[in-house]
Amino acid sequence: MEKKLPKIEINEKYCKGCHICVEFCPTRVLEMRGFTAAVKNLEACIACMQCELRCPDFAVTVTG
Amino acid sequence: MGFDYDKYIRPGKLPHIWCPGCGHGIVMKGLIRAIDALELDKNKTAIVSGIGCASRLPGYMDFCTLHTTHGRAVAFATGIKMARPEMNVICVGGDGDGVAIGGNHFIHACRRNIDMTYLIMNNNIYGMTGGQFSPTTPYGAKASTTPYGNPDPPFDIAKLAIGAGATFVARGTAFHAAQIDKLLAEAMRHKGFSVVEILDSCPTTYGRRNRFKSVVEMMNQLKDMAVPVTAADKMPAEQLRGKVLTGILYKESKPEYVEEYRKLVERVRAEG
Amino acid sequence: MSNRVAFLQGNEACAHGAIYAGCRFFAGYPITPSTEVAEVMAKELPRVGGAFMQMEDEIAAMAAVIGASLTGTKVLTATSGPGFSLKQENIGYACITEVPCVIVNVMRGGPSTGMPTGPSQSDVMQARWGTHGDHPAICLVPASVQELFTETVRAFNLAEKYRTPVTVMPDEIVGHMRERIVFPEPGELEVIDRTGPTVGPDEYKPYDTRFGDVPPLASFGSGYRFHVTGLNKAEDGFPTTRAEIVQAEEERQLRKIENAVDDIVTFEEYLLDDAEVAVVAFGSIARSARYAVNQARKAGIRAGLFRIITYWPFPERQIRALSERVRAVITPEMNLGMTVHEVRRCVEGRAPVSGIFRVDGEPIGPGAIFAAIREVR
Repeated sequence: MEKKLPKIEINEKYCKGCHICVEFCPTRVLEMRGFTAAVKNLEACIACMQCELRCPDFAVTVTG
Repeated sequence: MGFDYDKYIRPGKLPHIWCPGCGHGIVMKGLIRAIDALELDKNKTAIVSGIGCASRLPGYMDFCTLHTTHGRAVAFATGIKMARPEMNVICVGGDGDGVAIGGNHFIHACRRNIDMTYLIMNNNIYGMTGGQFSPTTPYGAKASTTPYGNPDPPFDIAKLAIGAGATFVARGTAFHAAQIDKLLAEAMRHKGFSVVEILDSCPTTYGRRNRFKSVVEMMNQLKDMAVPVTAADKMPAEQLRGKVLTGILYKESKPEYVEEYRKLVERVRAEG
Repeated sequence: MSNRVAFLQGNEACAHGAIYAGCRFFAGYPITPSTEVAEVMAKELPRVGGAFMQMEDEIAAMAAVIGASLTGTKVLTATSGPGFSLKQENIGYACITEVPCVIVNVMRGGPSTGMPTGPSQSDVMQARWGTHGDHPAICLVPASVQELFTETVRAFNLAEKYRTPVTVMPDEIVGHMRERIVFPEPGELEVIDRTGPTVGPDEYKPYDTRFGDVPPLASFGSGYRFHVTGLNKAEDGFPTTRAEIVQAEEERQLRKIENAVDDIVTFEEYLLDDAEVAVVAFGSIARSARYAVNQARKAGIRAGLFRIITYWPFPERQIRALSERVRAVITPEMNLGMTVHEVRRCVEGRAPVSGIFRVDGEPIGPGAIFAAIREVR
């Protein structure tokens, strides 16, 4: 059965590129792309919510 | 699954003014989750701040908000609470605002035990003015006004609050994001003056001067420094050196100021 | 039913006037010679269901009254010289945020600790320019115990009507003298309450100039959520640095008072119709001046008194008109020359203006003023 993946939205207007979400993701789902964070490997996401919780800029939302 | 912060934020006010990596946004999210957990009525909740980076927080929040003068938030808030006791009153601000210029108001609010919560975002520096040392800047640290290292010993805000008579004192960090709302919710549930200090990061004016390579390194320092108060009892003194205790550090039940004053009013009016 | 009559101290009358006006919150800090205002408020406020707070310092007291006022409560603080200095930053905050409040400053000698128990009239410029930046000012200077009561009521009315701090400044003599006072019955004096919003919370803006130069102020806790900041702000209350908005808002804040001078400015003219010498005085010194004018009249000198009751806005038009018909103006005041400059500004050289200045802790008696009248005649 196919694993149901969460959806990670990054609001590029809010993201200030601090790296916090990228560095504290336990499964390395995110990366920096230019000045903002981006989803690199959604397959690895375990929906731990750390990226949303730690984002100081209200830029990361995990749903689904 | 995700938390809907927009419910509590004024439309069109984000992005906020804080620098990349500043922990204030993390703390603000914790405050929103705590308010949500307690289902506080927006119309009956005042958020009051002084001056500084952290004091910009109320402007984003969809409540009755008051951005006052430097250091005076608690004094303004005291007037609100006394005149309208049914309101929930939350004060927010930074370390310089709270315990330097506002230190007198802080200790006296602790002493009075007036029912409000004071959230202090302690990033050990005056950020908005460009990085001057504050009363919580560590001894020896660099700031724009301590180019040779800080000669001043710092305050321990939590100990100051306990010593001054606050009846609820807690400490968390911006790294321990999931704990922030729990501490704040407990503080707001408490009847009396509650203080929540959140150790925070200022990569722009503190981190760069003090050889932190990135905010991630600052966050990791917060992680390494913190020892839950519940674990500290079992740890030998040498292991606690250089650490800070986190969690609910102090809690007691004492007569609350507004209630006591109301009783006084009833007594006076009954006597005629 | 006849009105209650009492023998009261000025400061006590001031506190009773505040209660009459509907003041229900006081925050203060002990300081001579104003402390009796706080003492009476501490006793009276609980009786009417209000709240009294002695704060940790003068700054906190000013802050607390502004906070309380934002909940829709009428508020008072009282202080003297050094305390008035300490309050100035937050008075400026009340000016820019347009939060009604009344500040009593019982004037003592200065600068610094000066002569705490001595009378003075040397804070009149501080009442106008004490806080930094451009801002409006209303300042009332009563001369008797009765008038300290009625002017305190009027201070609350003006604060609420114009959304601004108002200072009541008796000199120490007026604050501490004891006189007969007739208590007005409820309803006898006009009491003005704050104008609340006429639009719903969704449409409400705290500085909405569609409603004129004094926009309605909603109360915290009443269902209206809004932001209040000491930063320059737009009509929605949020900070702005947009040049045209900042300029317009600051100009409106001055204009709301300037355009209302006829409603605000009060004074008393005594024997001025045919006067060739005018004495311009206020507070306790106006009482000496009245006596001196009477002495002069007996001596055949046509002297008269212009008594300032509203010091700010200064009664410019009236003094200008006066200067067109008198030969000389004298300003006795308990400072080293403050009112004299304002009077000269209004007189614009049409008549010589001389002053009698005293800061030694003694009042200026009628003899000195009578001598000056004779000299300039």
